[in-house]
Amino acid sequence: MIRERLIFEISDEGKKGFSFPKLDVPESKTVTENFPLRDEIKDFPQVSELEVVRHFTRLSQTNYCIDKGIYPLGSCTMKYNPKLNEKIAQIPSFLSSHPYSDQEMMQGNLKVLKTMEDLLAEVTGMDAFTSQPAAGAQGELVGMMLIRAYLEAKGDPRKFVFIPDSAHGTNPSSAHICGYKVKEIKSNQQGTVDLDDLEKNMNEDTAAIMITNPNTLGVFENQIKEVSDLVHSQGGLVYMDGANMNALMGICRPGDMGVDVMHLNLHKTFSTPHGGGGPGAGPVGVKSILEPYLPIPRVIKQNNHYLFHSDYPKSIGRIHGFYGNFLVVVKALAYVLSQGPDGLREVSETAVLNSNYIRKSLEKEFHLEYKTPTLHECVFSDKLQKKHQVSNLDIAKRLIDLGAHPPTMSFPLIVHGALMTEPTETESKADLDLFIQAMKQIAKEAEENPEVLKSAPHHSYVRRLDEATAARNPKLRWEP
Amino acid sequence: MYPDDFHYTKDHEWIQVKGDEATVGITDFAQSQMGDVVYVELPKVGDELDAHQTFGVVESVKAVSDVFSPVAGKVTQVNEGLNDDPEVLNKDPHSKGWIIKLKVKDKSELEELMSASEYEKYLEGLEE
Repeated sequence: MIRERLIFEISDEGKKGFSFPKLDVPESKTVTENFPLRDEIKDFPQVSELEVVRHFTRLSQTNYCIDKGIYPLGSCTMKYNPKLNEKIAQIPSFLSSHPYSDQEMMQGNLKVLKTMEDLLAEVTGMDAFTSQPAAGAQGELVGMMLIRAYLEAKGDPRKFVFIPDSAHGTNPSSAHICGYKVKEIKSNQQGTVDLDDLEKNMNEDTAAIMITNPNTLGVFENQIKEVSDLVHSQGGLVYMDGANMNALMGICRPGDMGVDVMHLNLHKTFSTPHGGGGPGAGPVGVKSILEPYLPIPRVIKQNNHYLFHSDYPKSIGRIHGFYGNFLVVVKALAYVLSQGPDGLREVSETAVLNSNYIRKSLEKEFHLEYKTPTLHECVFSDKLQKKHQVSNLDIAKRLIDLGAHPPTMSFPLIVHGALMTEPTETESKADLDLFIQAMKQIAKEAEENPEVLKSAPHHSYVRRLDEATAARNPKLRWEP
Repeated sequence: MYPDDFHYTKDHEWIQVKGDEATVGITDFAQSQMGDVVYVELPKVGDELDAHQTFGVVESVKAVSDVFSPVAGKVTQVNEGLNDDPEVLNKDPHSKGWIIKLKVKDKSELEELMSASEYEKYLEGLEE
């Protein structure tokens, strides 16, 4: 395969992809003379329209995406993004609305925000939601800020936040940025929070526990009520990372488990695109004790009329320009309404079924560190393949050859050589079987011909990249 | 593989004591588990460390890990060379890849650490 050249390398003096009408007024130099042009880039590429079209089309074809095949990144919930969502988000009155428009002119938009917040509260059993946080990590930070504001109002923000070793990797940094010291809580042999370890550490210096449920092993924290009772008994609060909510919808509600505050990822559970396809959104839900602290403005409904309301003296303030990533909320609302309550439950049931189908089909070929039943994802390891000097990296690279995106690698840290696999509900049995077949072939190759794994991928656009050099000496821009 | 005059921690740091001064680094096992190291965050000379206290961070293409001080002491020197050549941690973890030097506060703390043969046994346990 020929390497696609950079657009700068395609450039040729004099080629262009635009044509202006003939100049029929005197030429003005003031714009070019006074405009702060950057001098780092001497020349912009000069290319024809067709060259631009072909260049970006070829690049897009080298990309792997959910529209091409299974994308089983664990805890990322890479489900299909229905085109209906995009269609709704592109309705001109959504697409062209301006944040400075008069509230009277955007009643529909406000209704979207309020409806979504209410529906998320219903799905999770929380009392109130804000749809403003721009992504999961910001949602976590907002959640921790709410906890801090609440505790400060009671006189003492406290010092520590507990985070289980099976939680999401962003949790410790969110707690840290919010000024808390992080204490890791160990998992027991079932892969759930070790209650004894928690009890031993719990005291009145503890602000909160941040718990992911189901955790990154895909295991449901079946003692979540005991965990939250214990933390509450000493005046601490419970934060739940809702990134894995795709396993629970319509089946059980964090609000019933003693959770005080949580975030959701609309770009995971609620089928809006990850990254490149648009920004994310990480709405935060709270129990009523935290509601006064929610960020402003909030959308309220008065006499059949929607309005932004900012008169909340205890609020932590603004956390996002304007009103969050509005069109992402529109897409997620389209999803929730098109699924309906029974549909959402079916989503979770099928996500769990698909994951267990993969787990059961591969349990002989790949080691499972924890035998506890799992929900929407399962964590294999490379333990059996290690005997043949084959690592999870080699397995992941070989999967690229066989037409699948690799699972999340080397996380959670409590499983060495982890392959955290989450197929989501949108994969058909036929597509799951393709993945299972590929994994079985890899297990066989590890025994019979490990070299083919160690030198994989063989059929991709680029082979194994030198990640270490890329990280040590990053070249972030083109230079002639 | 593991020098006899080093002591080892369960978190895979080594410490070599000569007189009052000790050199601290991460073990060959640690570097092999982490993969290619791309960045090392060093403490400041003069920092006072407790035993088990985090004094630095090692980042590889795979993971970010804290490094803990095996004993209490005061940082007397840091391996500035790691800023430009973090890969030394992979190539020579037990010698050129040292991370900090410490003035040890209380040598009796060394007794709580593992010897080379104990550490090797500990690693065998982890492999199972």
